[in-house]
Amino acid sequence: MGVLALQGAFAEHLAALEKLGAEARPVRLLADLPGLEGLIIPGGESTTMARLLAALELYDQVKGLARDGMPMWGTCAGLILLAKNAIGLREANLGVMDVAVRRNAYGRQVDSFEADLEVPALGPPPFRAVFIRSPRIEAVGAGVEVLACRPGGEPVAVRQGQLLGTTFHPELTPDLRFHQLFLRQGKKRAARAKGKGQPEPRGRHDR
Amino acid sequence: MDKGTWKVKTGLAQMLKGGVIMDVVTPEHAKIAEEAGACAVMALERVPSDIRAAGGVARMADPAIIKAIMETVSIPVMAKCRIGHFVEAQVLEALGVDFIDESEVLTPADEAHHVWKHNFKVPFVCGCRDLGEALRRIAEGAAMIRTKGEAGTGNIVEAVRHMRAVQDGLRQLRAMPEEELVAQAKALGAPFELVQEIHQTGRLPVVNFAAGGVATPADAALMMQLGADGIFVGSGVFKSSDPPARARAIVLATTNYNNPEILAKVSAGLGAAMPGLEIGAIPKEALLAQRGW
Repeated sequence: MGVLALQGAFAEHLAALEKLGAEARPVRLLADLPGLEGLIIPGGESTTMARLLAALELYDQVKGLARDGMPMWGTCAGLILLAKNAIGLREANLGVMDVAVRRNAYGRQVDSFEADLEVPALGPPPFRAVFIRSPRIEAVGAGVEVLACRPGGEPVAVRQGQLLGTTFHPELTPDLRFHQLFLRQGKKRAARAKGKGQPEPRGRHDR
Repeated sequence: MDKGTWKVKTGLAQMLKGGVIMDVVTPEHAKIAEEAGACAVMALERVPSDIRAAGGVARMADPAIIKAIMETVSIPVMAKCRIGHFVEAQVLEALGVDFIDESEVLTPADEAHHVWKHNFKVPFVCGCRDLGEALRRIAEGAAMIRTKGEAGTGNIVEAVRHMRAVQDGLRQLRAMPEEELVAQAKALGAPFELVQEIHQTGRLPVVNFAAGGVATPADAALMMQLGADGIFVGSGVFKSSDPPARARAIVLATTNYNNPEILAKVSAGLGAAMPGLEIGAIPKEALLAQRGW
């Protein structure tokens, strides 16, 4: 499993994956990409990451891998990079996930918040989610499954095929269920690639 | 929904990691910083080298300048208040800045006490020269720490000294037997609970950036290799001959701090760095790092 390590909270994702016994490594250069089963694009500053992706000539490769079906998970800024419509981002992004997200849509840092989310795909208990200058999902395409909404509000966790997006930061809390969910997607794909994939039952988590 | 929690405050600092925070004095500067890939900007009236040259009392920047910069860029905007000046901090929070730097670069307003930062919803970053100072600031509510270095000099030597001091303090605590922790807390002038926590984890409970003297991409990479989580650049960008190129190069060097080939590439052809200052040439009472305690 790879974690894009250009800027932001990549060390936290690597630590979470390691706690789950997954092999994980930081990705900074083209040479780091071959052989990965999946890629996490962490939280951080989306403008910074977008510019570094371009400067380090990673764009086309990462975009190609996403189109070829590599599982990818964007948290916060990472979701902004995955979104087809990233409102408020002037830089080019990967644009592979059929969602519209608006940057910094909840306000400035003093409006950053924590909330408990009901996530049917994870089961009980609720997931304590940390939102930091987070983007807001304003629209989702037909093929996009909503995994969780802000209490009484808009979607905050979405899935489209092998792509996962959260506007909050599961890497900042000790609850590893979203990381488990993502690892399962990676395993499923690896199994499918070998031609013996079985769809897994949804709506439970195996801890 | 809970706002202004410790998690949310320290979390923003975690999102800034691996990035470069640049001092800017105009919206045009802020734009250049954002386009270079800065992860945040520090809105100021003057960069530290100009503050040093001007002398007199340095205060919080004019809110009009801060607001203009906030309206220009989409990345987080930080601003400085004087040490202990909690009303400047209240003003900055009301303006909606994303982070407050309680900074020794400005003239201290209180010689005995720093701001009680737990009272604020906005997170604070504070400077330190060693582990004890870092832990005192964290006890007061700093959600992020930066080593002080010596701002406005373009000389990395003090930043290195302070980063080594912090890392050395962490290593000592980690290795120390439990029965020595109380005495060590006393020696550090730091709360025992934090000392005990570091003994167990081996690391600061908040993010620690390097500041004060970064002038080149190699300076930034040096601080990262010494253990910094990210970089503040003050005068180093906009007092150089080609600010956009230097800003971009420092951002790339901070991401690829362990890759000498990339460092060599990005360091080439940047024009003149800011003129530096020998620390020994600065009168003792003019050293900024000694402000705060």
